Amino acid sequence: MRRVLILLLILMAWTTGVRSTSGAAQTPEPAIPQVLRWANDAEGGAPYIFHPSDNPDQLVGFEVELAQALCDRLGCTSQFVQYNWANLIPGLRQGGNYDIVIAALERTPENLALVAMSRPYFAFGQQLVARTHDTTIQSLGDLVGHRIGVLASTLSHRLVTQQGGLEVRVYDENVNYFRDLELGRLDAVLTDSPIATVQLRNRPNLRAAGPPFAPAYYAIAVPTSSPELLTRINGTLESLIQDGTLERIYRRYELWGPQQATLAIWNTAAVSTTTSGASTAATRPRPKPTLRYFSILMEAAVTTVWVSLASMALAMTWGLGLALARRYGSRPVRWMAISYIEVFRGTPLLLQLYFIYFGLAQQWGWKLSAGAAAVLTLGLNYAANEAENFRAGLEAVPRGQTEAALALGLSPAMTLRRILLPQALRISLPGITNDLISLFKDSSIVSVIGLVELTKEFLIRSLDAGDYIGLGILTAAIYLAMAHAASLGARALERRLRT
Amino acid sequence: MIEIVGLRKRFGTVTVLDGIDHHQSAGEVVALIGPSGCGKSTLLRCLNWLETPDAGSLRLGDVRIEAGTPEAADRRLRQRWRRRTGMIFQQFHLFPHRTALENVMEAPIHVDRLPRSEAHALAMGLLSKVGLADRAHHLPAQLSGGQQQRVAIARALAMKPQILLCDEPTSALDPELRGEVLAVLQTLAAEGMTLLLVTHELAFARDIAHRVVFLEGGRVVESGPTRAVLDQPQHPRLQEFLGKHRARPL
Repeated sequence: MRRVLILLLILMAWTTGVRSTSGAAQTPEPAIPQVLRWANDAEGGAPYIFHPSDNPDQLVGFEVELAQALCDRLGCTSQFVQYNWANLIPGLRQGGNYDIVIAALERTPENLALVAMSRPYFAFGQQLVARTHDTTIQSLGDLVGHRIGVLASTLSHRLVTQQGGLEVRVYDENVNYFRDLELGRLDAVLTDSPIATVQLRNRPNLRAAGPPFAPAYYAIAVPTSSPELLTRINGTLESLIQDGTLERIYRRYELWGPQQATLAIWNTAAVSTTTSGASTAATRPRPKPTLRYFSILMEAAVTTVWVSLASMALAMTWGLGLALARRYGSRPVRWMAISYIEVFRGTPLLLQLYFIYFGLAQQWGWKLSAGAAAVLTLGLNYAANEAENFRAGLEAVPRGQTEAALALGLSPAMTLRRILLPQALRISLPGITNDLISLFKDSSIVSVIGLVELTKEFLIRSLDAGDYIGLGILTAAIYLAMAHAASLGARALERRLRT
Repeated sequence: MIEIVGLRKRFGTVTVLDGIDHHQSAGEVVALIGPSGCGKSTLLRCLNWLETPDAGSLRLGDVRIEAGTPEAADRRLRQRWRRRTGMIFQQFHLFPHRTALENVMEAPIHVDRLPRSEAHALAMGLLSKVGLADRAHHLPAQLSGGQQQRVAIARALAMKPQILLCDEPTSALDPELRGEVLAVLQTLAAEGMTLLLVTHELAFARDIAHRVVFLEGGRVVESGPTRAVLDQPQHPRLQEFLGKHRARPL
């Protein structure tokens, strides 16, 4: 499945490359479309864009209001398009789904190299957040050897990577790392100041550690092929700032501060001095999308391998117990085993992962580490499959084998262990190997709780490098190697179990 | 040595064994014959507790079990009984993942707790006895049916049973392979092994058995010395049964 996806990505990247070069020269489209489609990601997006808990049908946030104000001035209808945040820029470059992006995109040289960006509409800094009682942490420098959570592919992510010596945990959205900080799974979070402002309002056990630093700006992303649209947006933003519309919006969300005053006097020169963090990143030579990523991807593959193997070991042990309970247990035991199998097979893995990682901590205070939660979830889930594999194997061993063993005087337990299980395992092995291979790929799900494994690393790096083909093939090759090693191992085991 | 009184067994509403009495002394060879469905296989399986009889008292040497009582359900008691009996199945039921030698060594090591070297010597001796010492390291799938059955006999003998129960030991074999298995059983009988065999091979029964028991409808219809039963059958059902068998070439 994952491999097909990568192939699709490769294909998409290729075809859009062709389309954009040929299409740009032809029909000049009107600068302002009738309906202006703007993209953002509403998952965990307060104060930018979110569904208020007292009115979940509504979509609010300062970027929603900004988009509305912008379209009112431009004389078009605004239409929101939901899109995965990490893919907003590739999506814009590809075209077709939306016209612009208003989604807290930083005005950095990296982004400017990929798309056109408007003048800034919001000024912010990086805010370090720590637990209230943990007074030792005041700046990034205090965090050497500590765990810090950041949002993937953001300025914060780049800053902590440059800092070095930190144990960085990468998240997909903005809420879960605060929860993990409260639970003690993290020691600090580095995030954009507006996010910190909102989250700190109702998290009394967290505090802002030190003042915001590394000032930067959010700007609207526009395709490079629409210079006229960019000019109109810049002009409109200018007037929204000058007449105080923007200030009124930001005040409604309690986000107006002295740093927003710099918006009015913003010019290109200012940006190069203020976004110091970003500019150091820019001077760093961009790594070529080549085999240089191999070692980075291999490191991530180590996570994939240990998560998968540990999960499989748990799944096989627990699955065997379930299979035996189902086949030989008393009626209530059998019934419990069947219910377990049905529940774990019949509910989504992602849901189980959230339940175990966040649910258990919230309800009973069982704070599992991300690794433990990942292995536990995958293990408990796959145990249901392995139980069925083992059951099929046990049922396929002829009844005469049991009779012959019992007739010789072997005890039932001995019969099971020495006669039935070796034969059943041999029969179940192809199914188990199948599951191990899909587990290698399914393990990518643990990236949602901050573990960077192979697929996640690929997604991060392919965005950085803007290269889906080279990295995609490299990643696919690593997965393939793991799967192939698993089949070779299974074949060797099959030979040893002989029949 | 083995003494069965009033053995009964029902499967649902069908009575398969309807009060069987059977006595057999040490060294005696008895052939159980009868039409299919008469209960002869079930009787044999009851004598090894692969089926649980509903009623009847069973004695084998010093082990006595009263069927239908709570103590008859005791696993250890059954195991004691099973260790005194050997069972040969129509389909051999060798363990396919073990070599011939490992098949024979399994019970001596894991039931009798013999040291490996001793079990090995015992197993090799038994394999030579059935003429298969050179096949010791073959897997069952690499052996012919006749060879597999001979390994199965060696495997049963490894537990030094007081009685060997054989459930149609040659029925699954091609005619040309039957001889080797029958020869092994013949040798055992000559050495004084107590055998109870269910068989369709009347010629073989005539050769080897001291006594023949004819079963029909879950009852013993006629029994007696081999020649008397086979040559001068008294009961009309037995006469009819033997008539059919003579008409059929063996």
